Amino acid sequence: MNTQRAAWCFVAPALLVISVFFFLPVLAALIMSMTDFDIYALADLRNLRFVGLRNYVELLQTPLFWQALGNTLYFVVLGVPLSIAASLGAALLLHSRLTWFKGLFRTAFFAPVVTSLVAVAVIWRYLLHTRYGMINYGLQELGLPAVDWLNDPQWAMPAIILFAVWKNFGYNMIIFLAGLQSIPEDLYEAAGLDGAGTWQQFRYITWPMLGPTLLMVSILSMTGYFQLFAEPYVMTQGGPVQSTVSVLYFMYEQGFKWWNLGAASAVAFVLFAIMFCVTLLQLRFAKGGEV
Amino acid sequence: MKPRALLLNGLMLGAGLLTLFPLLWMLSASLMAPGESSGFPIRVLPQSPTLFNYRELFSHAGIGQYLLNSVLLSCAATVLSLLFNVSAGYAFAKLRFQGRERIFKVMLGALVIPSQVAMLPLFLLLKYMGLVNTYGAVLVLVPAMAGIFGIFLVRQYALTIPDALLEAARMDGASEFQIFRIIVLPLLTPILVTLGIFTFLGTWNDFMWPLIVLTDKDLYTLPVALASLSREHVQDNELMMAGSVLTVLPVLLLFLGLQRYYIQGLLVGSVKG
Repeated sequence: MNTQRAAWCFVAPALLVISVFFFLPVLAALIMSMTDFDIYALADLRNLRFVGLRNYVELLQTPLFWQALGNTLYFVVLGVPLSIAASLGAALLLHSRLTWFKGLFRTAFFAPVVTSLVAVAVIWRYLLHTRYGMINYGLQELGLPAVDWLNDPQWAMPAIILFAVWKNFGYNMIIFLAGLQSIPEDLYEAAGLDGAGTWQQFRYITWPMLGPTLLMVSILSMTGYFQLFAEPYVMTQGGPVQSTVSVLYFMYEQGFKWWNLGAASAVAFVLFAIMFCVTLLQLRFAKGGEV
Repeated sequence: MKPRALLLNGLMLGAGLLTLFPLLWMLSASLMAPGESSGFPIRVLPQSPTLFNYRELFSHAGIGQYLLNSVLLSCAATVLSLLFNVSAGYAFAKLRFQGRERIFKVMLGALVIPSQVAMLPLFLLLKYMGLVNTYGAVLVLVPAMAGIFGIFLVRQYALTIPDALLEAARMDGASEFQIFRIIVLPLLTPILVTLGIFTFLGTWNDFMWPLIVLTDKDLYTLPVALASLSREHVQDNELMMAGSVLTVLPVLLLFLGLQRYYIQGLLVGSVKG
């Protein structure tokens, strides 16, 4: 009994704060998404009306929303696998028995993760500059044509993906590294005695043993990549011709530029629903794959 | 075997240099004279290193104030997060109370909700309370970002405390609060450091929420100020690089100093499933 009361004293402050500043607002957002909350309601709450699912219906008829969704999916579908491949590659290098200075390189690979997104996005904007950016300079040195990265609708999103992979791969690398270290060494020794080569060892030992890690990493990365916002805000401002407007960028403009808070809440919930479904699909897919 | 080792080490060196290049270039360009980094032929190192851009940022762009804002807010968020989450994390791990498992499951489930969903109503709430444009407004999102994750982090670590230790203290007649303060807190120190760095870095680097609730320039955090400066000073490469250095360097140094704790937290935190 005494422990019960003490336990509640320990958890109550945190639970209260999380409820008031997170759970309640999430509920409020759901209700708001069914109202026409706009700049008039902001001035005077009596202008607020309940509109049911109208915001959602209108959203589905807004071309820019579909474009934003398409851009975000493009970013996720290309960015997540690339980022995971880079993470796994770096982790394998760090785990290899043949490489030196592991601690140093681990820190180097991880450094971009802790930097402020805005600051490194500013750096990359200059690196990607068409005329005096280092990246085009490097391409030309290799005999390749220069690319108008951030001003060409075809290249702006790939440029942002490249940037995001550089910024994020160190995070999953650490998780993969822990996964690799937990694979028993004797599996490789046995395989080596049976004459399995490096590729076969990777294909039949490393890859299956990393299964659960891979699932977790892909779920975490995917939810992170769906929340694309600061990159386009700083690097392209959604352009050129809206080729980098993401769902959250669209929500930000709806909510805090045009003050359509009702419609913006609907955008937030659609994004949440999509993320939720994709996570479930991944879990289902992983279960099916294991059998 | 020899060529293989050479190949792998070469690959690692190449990847390491590519990864660090943007950061090294930022540092180098921040020490160049205005216009130097965009001339031909392209220059990698400054001709004569100068602190001109840094002086310019402090004297004309008011970056000292932004730096101070970022430091104050990140420290405040860290203290708040420790204050609320540590005792809760411990209780979820070691104290039996009704509904413990159910509440914990609901909280873990809530981790899939993106914090942006809460932003619109929170903004309105702050507006009606007259709190938009204050430090407090930035801090209200800390529970959403650090709260559940923080409790989870502390709980996972507290699970390793042996029950016998707590039982023995109870037999000796210590109250739960005494046990927490005298026995548990010292044992939890490593994870407190971890939670502290996570919250500090998270608040320092956060962009969207401070961008929304801070409209007064004097209250801007470094990332928000940098984004706004970079829209005004598109041409001033070197100045912006100096601004980036000031934004990135403090957290990078903090990470380098406390790397072990950070990595440990990352591994605990990612075993969610």
